[in-house]
Amino acid sequence: MREMVKMVLVLTILSSFSGGLLAAIRNNTQDRIDSQVLKFVKGPAIQKIMEGASNNPIQDRFALQVEGKEKNFFVGVFDGAPRVIAFETKGSGYGGDVGTMVAVNVKTGRIHGVSVTTHNETPGVGARVETHEDFKNQFRGIEIGTETKVKKDGGGITAMSGATITSRAVCTAVRKAGDLYNKVKPRIREQLSTFSG
Amino acid sequence: MAKTLAQEFTKGLWEEIPPFRLVLGLCPVLAVTKSVANGLGMGIATTFVLVCSNLLVSLLRNVIPSKIRIACYIIIIATFVTVVELLMQAFAYPLYLQLGIFIPLIVVNCIVLGRAEAFASKHNPIYSIADGLGIGIGFTLSLGALGAVREVLGEGTFYGMEVFGSSFEPFTFMVEAPGAFVCLGLMLCLMNLAGGR
Repeated sequence: MREMVKMVLVLTILSSFSGGLLAAIRNNTQDRIDSQVLKFVKGPAIQKIMEGASNNPIQDRFALQVEGKEKNFFVGVFDGAPRVIAFETKGSGYGGDVGTMVAVNVKTGRIHGVSVTTHNETPGVGARVETHEDFKNQFRGIEIGTETKVKKDGGGITAMSGATITSRAVCTAVRKAGDLYNKVKPRIREQLSTFSG
Repeated sequence: MAKTLAQEFTKGLWEEIPPFRLVLGLCPVLAVTKSVANGLGMGIATTFVLVCSNLLVSLLRNVIPSKIRIACYIIIIATFVTVVELLMQAFAYPLYLQLGIFIPLIVVNCIVLGRAEAFASKHNPIYSIADGLGIGIGFTLSLGALGAVREVLGEGTFYGMEVFGSSFEPFTFMVEAPGAFVCLGLMLCLMNLAGGR
């Protein structure tokens, strides 16, 4: 009996100590990790879809409260006006969430470009989405909020061969981006009207 | 026969150098040694976990009941691995992107658990640190050496720097998975020849 108590006690103390330590370290590194992700993963993705913008979209960002969470919106200046807005959504892929950066032209309401940020897809199969421009270019010019689906599901997007699940994840993310965009459109307009690049 | 502190440290560098003599922890050895930088990064992360877990296991060796000792070791090791993962994300994000899944997998690296069970649970903290440090540095050097051979032959670079000039045709087989096995086998063979076994 005493041994039992001791075992439970030791494990409990050890686990709570471990949990406390990890929580403390996580709290202290969270901001730094976010800024690193922004710099090394989201940064290049944003730069790629905002090619040709005359400002730095990563610097010119604003945050909005969406469903209780803070979300970053990146602004791209084209032809002297803040035309394009990019933000990240997620679709469920083969190895967890596929983070997708979707850029929308605010004036026309069409998709300006799509790019993949964080993912855990199989190297050589789903992970090809990083470099597969033909697949991602299909989303260009589609009206935001349109049902995007791969051909297998009755939509118009040609999936990457062998990587239907990853392709589906990107479609889902783009669809979610549509919902989100329509929800916060007035607030985005408001932000952009006060924008001074 | 009791060894001196210095002997406990140096045994990890040659006599019991993990991948070559103990032939332990081969999963990360084969997977991440595509380049010198990756190999060293993985080695340093493992060394940190090894030293910290050895120290803690050794300090708690009289408190932990023997029936649940493995569970306790795993809690300790997993905690430090998560610490390393968070720190690497915060301060060395590009390296984290390269090593990816293999950082969390240090938890199941049998060197770490092996040293906790075979050494730290029976020796005092100072000796345990010496042992952890020795084995860790040995592991780091092995990974670095293997990474160097594979990177130089497979990419024609060393730590990202050009070695042979542009006329060199890289032997890409070496940076692929089968190349890791061949390279490890040849190095083992050389080590055994040199060690007179």
